[in-house]
Amino acid sequence: MGQTLYQKIYQSHVVGALNGSTDLLFVDRHLIHEVTSPQAFAGLRQAGRPVRRPDLTFATMDHNTSTQVRSYDAAGETSRKQLEALAANCAENGIELLDLHHPDQGIVHVIGPELGLTQPGMIIVCGDSHTSTHGAFGAIAFGIGTSEVEHVLATQTLPQQVAKTLKVEVTGTLSPFVTPKDVILAVIGALGTAGGNGFVAEFCGDAIKGMTMEGRMTLCNMSIEMGAKAGLIAPDATTFAYLQGRSHAPKAEHWDAAVAYWQSLYSDADAQFDKVVQIDGSQIRPQVTWGTNPEQVIAIDQPVPAPESFSDLIKADAARRALIYMGLEAGQKLTDVAVDVVFIGSCTNSRIEDLRAAAAVVAGKTVASGVRALVVPGSGQVKRQAEAEGLADTFKAAGFEWREPGCSMCLGMNDDRVDAGQRCASTSNRNFEGRQGRGSRTHLVSPAMAAAAAIAGKFVDVSTISNGASA
Amino acid sequence: MSDIFAKGLVCPLDKNNVDTDQIIPKQFLTSVSRDGFAEALFFDWRYLADGSANPEFVLNEPQYQGASILLTRANFGCGSSREHAPWAIQQYGFNVIIAESFADIFFNNSINNGMLLISLSAANIDFLFNRSKQGPQQWQIDLANQEILLGNNTAIGFSIDADVKQRLLSGLDFIGASETLSPQIDAYETRRRAAQPWLG
Repeated sequence: MGQTLYQKIYQSHVVGALNGSTDLLFVDRHLIHEVTSPQAFAGLRQAGRPVRRPDLTFATMDHNTSTQVRSYDAAGETSRKQLEALAANCAENGIELLDLHHPDQGIVHVIGPELGLTQPGMIIVCGDSHTSTHGAFGAIAFGIGTSEVEHVLATQTLPQQVAKTLKVEVTGTLSPFVTPKDVILAVIGALGTAGGNGFVAEFCGDAIKGMTMEGRMTLCNMSIEMGAKAGLIAPDATTFAYLQGRSHAPKAEHWDAAVAYWQSLYSDADAQFDKVVQIDGSQIRPQVTWGTNPEQVIAIDQPVPAPESFSDLIKADAARRALIYMGLEAGQKLTDVAVDVVFIGSCTNSRIEDLRAAAAVVAGKTVASGVRALVVPGSGQVKRQAEAEGLADTFKAAGFEWREPGCSMCLGMNDDRVDAGQRCASTSNRNFEGRQGRGSRTHLVSPAMAAAAAIAGKFVDVSTISNGASA
Repeated sequence: MSDIFAKGLVCPLDKNNVDTDQIIPKQFLTSVSRDGFAEALFFDWRYLADGSANPEFVLNEPQYQGASILLTRANFGCGSSREHAPWAIQQYGFNVIIAESFADIFFNNSINNGMLLISLSAANIDFLFNRSKQGPQQWQIDLANQEILLGNNTAIGFSIDADVKQRLLSGLDFIGASETLSPQIDAYETRRRAAQPWLG
């Protein structure tokens, strides 16, 4: 019987059997950041263990940094200590760090691919749940906790068991203005936030093949929001073209051998998946979340659902609570709902293509009065490119704030927060209660939808605006 | 050695999809320590905006003070990978969580801190919630025999991965266990360098 892509990569990384059904797997890349690593380094010191492979470990500062000032001091005393701890730990152990003053600093899941650190066939881990992003390259990439960070630092391995496999096939061609963000929100809406628990999801189908690497990253990024351990996509010519020439990608003398290996990375035709889901991509409309978890999502032209419409009593109760928290009513159209804040950024949607899509909607227009709108590019590279292309000027002219790279308002660990009761159209990945600040109300959308909301001061169906503009 | 892994008062948290942002909000993640998170547990639910205890939140109810077993529903611990979530739960005093299901990363993080997470069918979870509505419950967890002892000769069996069970019972340092495979790690690195020199 054939193997799935996940099974191929898993097997090629087995160092040995630990016991029963647990294998020790080798880790090709370990990405670390300031928030989830200090306790791991402290643990190593306490046990007298060195970092086994500093050359396979890469660090950046992103979660806890100011996006206004490039200074360790800018986000407060405890934040400064955390940033200094990362710098000291990296210096002590010889780990490459892209700190706040490095031109390529940025969100860990934006810079990993950008620098060519992320490659097909790898196992990549990071103490952050959105590590699933890197699966876009045909790698097994998943988030780990701090104890596991310590384990990887010490041994460059991780104990794992084989996960179940889920095939998500998105067929057809996406409509104009329907983006990978809309696709993944629609998939999560269909499967639920726990639909992927215990599974590694492989995305395939014509709609996926047609996506750029940026789009594939957005898709895999949010596979954690349906509970999947990881999401991945078989590498192809799009993947190889993206990687060629990047600073940490295979050099010229190894390039052909690397590509030859990468071309063997696909699920065999007769591979058996534990679960298969098919979604017609041509039917997906621009999506907006209405509740407090990502499965509470609708197409922009659908009314907010009534709690009674859920046959599952617990889901109905969750919907009731979510509507109260979000200040919405069943039957309401989100196109009638005003926004206070617009956030374009995060490891989901802060890449150059995302900023281009948003800027195309913004060009020549002005942010609605009373709306606070900010764009936080994912990395120094994205920021420089957006400035060179004139996107930054477009945003600034329209009244957006243009910031330094970081996680920012996705989780509000720094001072970029949404106030209680305020409504935010956000390109990030989680609409949990209080995620962007205590009492904040988050609606997850694509960059174009967020940009359109900023201009209109309320949610709009971006496909109708754009049609009007092109007429 | 007793077969009882844990025993104590049960606190019922009747919600699905409790995410790690609720378990411990972001403002507590700036610490460089593993300790001091007990007060942060369920912060936004537990405290009102003025800092006083929210009397409507179950953890604040007088009959659940001192609880060490948390009963909840599906997909507990979803969201962020922050290990601060199990640290906060454990430092508050819980060492066992019983739920319909858990998010993967949260599950691993909890086990790595020696906590026991028990998954039961939706029907059994309903049964336990109904029971907890009758009054505060004191249960015992027999990990060796995989049973929750509810008292009055009533018990509910549970299944658990054999490797996870062994780790919890032995209390082994999981880095130390992996280090016993150091020769295999060395050999793997040698093979990797030869086959895929671009990986380093």
